[in-house]
Amino acid sequence: MADPKALRDKTCVVGIGETAYTRGTTKSPLQLSMEATMMAINDAGIKPSQIDGVVLPNGHNGGATAGDYAANLGIKDLIYTASFPEMGGAQMVSAMEGAVLALASGICDYVLVPHCSYFYTGARARDMTANPSNALQAAEYIRDYYRPFGVGAPPQHYAWMAQRHMHLYGTTQEQLGAVAVAMRKHAQLHPNAIMRGKPMTMADYMASRWITWPYKLLDCSLETDGAGAFVMTTAERAKDLKQKPVYVSGIASGHPYPPHDIPNRPDILEIGLDHSAPRAYAMAGVKPADIDFAEIYDCFTGQAILQIESAGFCKKGEGGPFCENGNIELGGKLPVNTHGGLLSQAHNTSMNHVIEAVAQLRLGCGERQVKDAELGVVTGWGGHGHGSIAILRR
Amino acid sequence: MTTTTEHNDYQLPVLQGTAKEFYAYCKAHDLRFQRCAKCKTFRHPPRPLCNQCYSFETEWAPVKGTGKVYCWTVAMAPIGKAWVSYMPYAAVVVELDEGPRVATWVTGIPPDQLKVGMPVKVWYDELTPEVTLAKFKPV
Repeated sequence: MADPKALRDKTCVVGIGETAYTRGTTKSPLQLSMEATMMAINDAGIKPSQIDGVVLPNGHNGGATAGDYAANLGIKDLIYTASFPEMGGAQMVSAMEGAVLALASGICDYVLVPHCSYFYTGARARDMTANPSNALQAAEYIRDYYRPFGVGAPPQHYAWMAQRHMHLYGTTQEQLGAVAVAMRKHAQLHPNAIMRGKPMTMADYMASRWITWPYKLLDCSLETDGAGAFVMTTAERAKDLKQKPVYVSGIASGHPYPPHDIPNRPDILEIGLDHSAPRAYAMAGVKPADIDFAEIYDCFTGQAILQIESAGFCKKGEGGPFCENGNIELGGKLPVNTHGGLLSQAHNTSMNHVIEAVAQLRLGCGERQVKDAELGVVTGWGGHGHGSIAILRR
Repeated sequence: MTTTTEHNDYQLPVLQGTAKEFYAYCKAHDLRFQRCAKCKTFRHPPRPLCNQCYSFETEWAPVKGTGKVYCWTVAMAPIGKAWVSYMPYAAVVVELDEGPRVATWVTGIPPDQLKVGMPVKVWYDELTPEVTLAKFKPV
């Protein structure tokens, strides 16, 4: 396997499952994860005990380990486990990459990737002022060199990048808002979207309160509870399964340099996706212009714009104008986050992006279906700019 | 200008290892950054190995304390109780003339008047008896 192109279309997603997304739950992360897992396994039409690989994107799924999955699913011989916690929000696509490698190399036959986000019921930013013990856990360099200056939350670090983008390229507040408005429109079409039934206009966006300039409340992703899971296998095995497979044509992970500290990068707008996207397109043998839709990791609007650029859909610096005039809405040039994204469906750390991409490529998305979609992109963004990308094909 | 009680412990640096050394210089009103003792390349935040010449030898090199505004954000939602009374405040990345960039505050100017490239110079905010922060103001 000397050439990554050999991995093209060799593995596929054959099962998906997703619980309801909520703001608050009485269920444990393990319970939610197992519910989503059983949906995905049933969707694939395999027996739970056929799973022989478990990739836990963040390594600890709300306290549940790979061993918990083995115990619950009756996996007597769990062959492969892996996790990608350092990738942060890019962990879902990097987990898929891990599954691709494990399957294509023949190490195992069926890999489960489950994930629960417990962002409403678990400790989270909204409680930080009232309860310091809920402060986000920070790396030493953040604790010692950023936080003494009141910088300790992701929107702040990321706002530095957005400000720099505005300075260099003239990106406007309304262009950030166009991302938020598009996500909200799409959420109206998804029955499992937190913001369904709560439409939002550009005027609503502009009137929303500031969090950390240039980010307003509506530039920031949701805090929600819910789990999802997907099952992967080889293209060969998929032939006998219930669902039409969705193939992984290209997949890659990447990092800015240095990967952690944002301020001391020579170019703070260099992101991991700048490195991973060309690798993924080369593996898939396709170009950005071939892509029918993109599920972009929209933790914050400016980060979505950066990724749209780095995924090759427009030139660096042109992401702001690219997101205007309905270009990224259904029916536009490149529909982005057809489920509403982290901004308006739910924050499931892009598990929901993977599931939506698979659903689109099964052509089963009803009124939000991208017509005749054949190729879709999913990106992940995490930490201080790690970037992963999957190019999926039906 | 502030009292210790406004600053919950979790927001102060933990004075151990290289952070202890960095902040000891700040307390002496002497801004220094870690530099490779062999090839003289600055690095910040501190780390063990020079990524240019792979020397483990380090020194704390003084800087002039002047630099330029690189980028910023204006915090308008608190990340902890200690910050409520300061909001809105600009958390600024300043690029020192010698190269390293730091997260800091630029004081003495309303956040909406900050400009990229604005020249600034260091001042020392004696936050607690142990911790002095290197902040900046327009030149």
